[in-house]
Amino acid sequence: MRDLTHNLKDSAAVAFVAFLLFGPFIGLQLGDSDSGNLTLSTRPELLAIAVGLTFIARMLMLLWHDHRPRKPPKLQVAEAIRKSGKLIAPALLVCAIGLPLIPGIANFYIDLGVLIMTYVMLGWGLNIVVGLAGLLDLGYVAFYAVGAYSFALLSQDFNLGFWECLPISGLLAACWGVFLGFPVLRLRGDYLAIVTLAFGEIIRLVITNWVSLTGGPNGIYDIPHPTLFGLTFSMAGGPGTFSDFFHVDPTPQQRTTYLYYIILALALLTNWVTLRLRRQPLGRAWEALREDEIACRSLGINLRNTKLTAFAIGAMFGGFAGCFFATRQAFISPDSFTFIESATVLAIVVLGGAGSQLGVALAAMVMIGIPALLQDLQIYRMLIFGIALVTIMVVRPRGFISTRRPTVSLGKTKIIGAEMVSEGRG
Amino acid sequence: MAEVLLRLDELTMRFGGLTAVNALSFEALRGDITAVIGPNGAGKTTAFNCITGFYKPSSGGITIYHKPGEGMLLNKLPGHSIARKGRVARTFQNIRLFGGMTVLENLMVAQHNELQAATGFGVLAILGIGRYRAAEKAAIERAKHWLEATNLIDRADDPAASLPYGAQRRLEIARAMCTDPVLLCLDEPAAGLNPRESIALNELLLKIREGGCSLLLIEHDMGVVMKISDHIIVLDHGKKIADGTPEQIRNDPTVIAAYLGEGDEDDPDAPIAESLAESIVEPLEDAT
Repeated sequence: MRDLTHNLKDSAAVAFVAFLLFGPFIGLQLGDSDSGNLTLSTRPELLAIAVGLTFIARMLMLLWHDHRPRKPPKLQVAEAIRKSGKLIAPALLVCAIGLPLIPGIANFYIDLGVLIMTYVMLGWGLNIVVGLAGLLDLGYVAFYAVGAYSFALLSQDFNLGFWECLPISGLLAACWGVFLGFPVLRLRGDYLAIVTLAFGEIIRLVITNWVSLTGGPNGIYDIPHPTLFGLTFSMAGGPGTFSDFFHVDPTPQQRTTYLYYIILALALLTNWVTLRLRRQPLGRAWEALREDEIACRSLGINLRNTKLTAFAIGAMFGGFAGCFFATRQAFISPDSFTFIESATVLAIVVLGGAGSQLGVALAAMVMIGIPALLQDLQIYRMLIFGIALVTIMVVRPRGFISTRRPTVSLGKTKIIGAEMVSEGRG
Repeated sequence: MAEVLLRLDELTMRFGGLTAVNALSFEALRGDITAVIGPNGAGKTTAFNCITGFYKPSSGGITIYHKPGEGMLLNKLPGHSIARKGRVARTFQNIRLFGGMTVLENLMVAQHNELQAATGFGVLAILGIGRYRAAEKAAIERAKHWLEATNLIDRADDPAASLPYGAQRRLEIARAMCTDPVLLCLDEPAAGLNPRESIALNELLLKIREGGCSLLLIEHDMGVVMKISDHIIVLDHGKKIADGTPEQIRNDPTVIAAYLGEGDEDDPDAPIAESLAESIVEPLEDAT
């Protein structure tokens, strides 16, 4: 009985807040009279419905809270997810490889696949810095931009192709990673985040304003597409093209499919390197750094080198992804490298569960796939997307896969629950 | 003939106007368990942090002798090299483990430098070639040795944060030992342990000494200090007030005065020291 009164009181309080909020928004309506003057009318019925719905919703929520079934321990859930995860990862890989081979698939879906894969790769790259080393980097797009502009400028000025420029772009981005790493070595947490954020903006502003080199806001266009052992993908056909060599009709899908497999291979490379590094001293040192920096130092681990390698390797994969982005778009401008890109990639890492490769891949599919597939829903698209994100974070606050898999074990490997694992303080 | 392992010369550490350690000099001998005791705020942990490179001393020198006559100045080394080149390992007063990593992983991280050297800048090990596999095997064997010594072998695959307090203390010691030190510095290793765990700790420390590693420890638990130390240094207000064997320290009037706050009527800290001292002097007398 006491519960009921409490619930009623609580719901009434929430309904009152709703009344205050909805009052001006729903209760009042501004309109035009015939004479052109503004009129103010009230809509008490709508307001009553909104407040009433809030009251009922709150009541139901409290009831659910009191009577919901006992939750099993978190680790069991995690164990179940892990077991299914063992199947999910190979299944996803098979789907990813097979996607362009589905007969009659629209070019749109392959293109969407390319986009998602780009973000999977960026997510995996940033996962090294944020997920493993625990360094909060809000300026990851800077390395993406460095990679893209490296390729664009090299192809423009030295007539180099995609495959020659790919390693160069990665290397240059890694250099910028070290360059950024030095000043922020001593910073932690929020301070690190702000400096990396500023770094991302600096790169973008330099690109925008250095018109003689980068073309400024006009960007760089006519960036060459990748070739397959010298064969180009041209719609016009003719000698030296893919369609001519294999005696097939040229379609736009051939190029999209080729791009798809390139980014898939690059993403898988990122994943493979990360997984191998995790089982090595360097990867363990990154994770130890995330757990406790001072203890690391007392064990003789060189913090400077460890942090710099995390920045450099994360940046290198960002650079690869940027190089791919430039070749795919054939046109780049500073507009593609705004803060929202860094935020999206970071959101993918956080949503997926920092440190988890599979989680990041799933999160990239959700973050990029849902808005693209919901395009028919017009204005409701972002609303649904937002609700989905909030729901996921409420249900799984540490991301899809928040557990940690030990890198070495004497007996059977036991999965470590999220509550043990530190998030890192930069 | 005992030889000097660690020598502090006029070590001084100032924080602004506060002198936490004032011209402290002492020697710790190879193969000894040296204890540093003193009332709270005496500068024990500060001196420790200077030795292990967490603070840069304002003046003075800290020398470690890996071979007699060949000193290495610890205060000139960068922080991470103290463990690597200086071969001085430490534990922390408030335990600092890698909680989300397993017990075994904690010990693997401690062997980072040796393992990293075997990876060929990471590239060879990524490709699965080179001598990394063998190096990792050796590292696991060493970790196993210390897990057995600290009685943690059954928990090797559990996350460090899930261990009970006493086991976490032992793990921190095991982790420090995995860096292969010549001097192990322990900051209040017995804090929070029950009497049985405390006895087990004594045995562990004696075992470590037998293995050839010298120890330097800060401790409040006189049961531990008096039983296992070979040499005790007493600090008060950042200065050394006594230096000797447990027997000498026990009967030293200045030490008793420092703990009881006697003979120093003007000292405003005396009443605090007094209340503290009672809990410390009692076991000190019991041990006699």
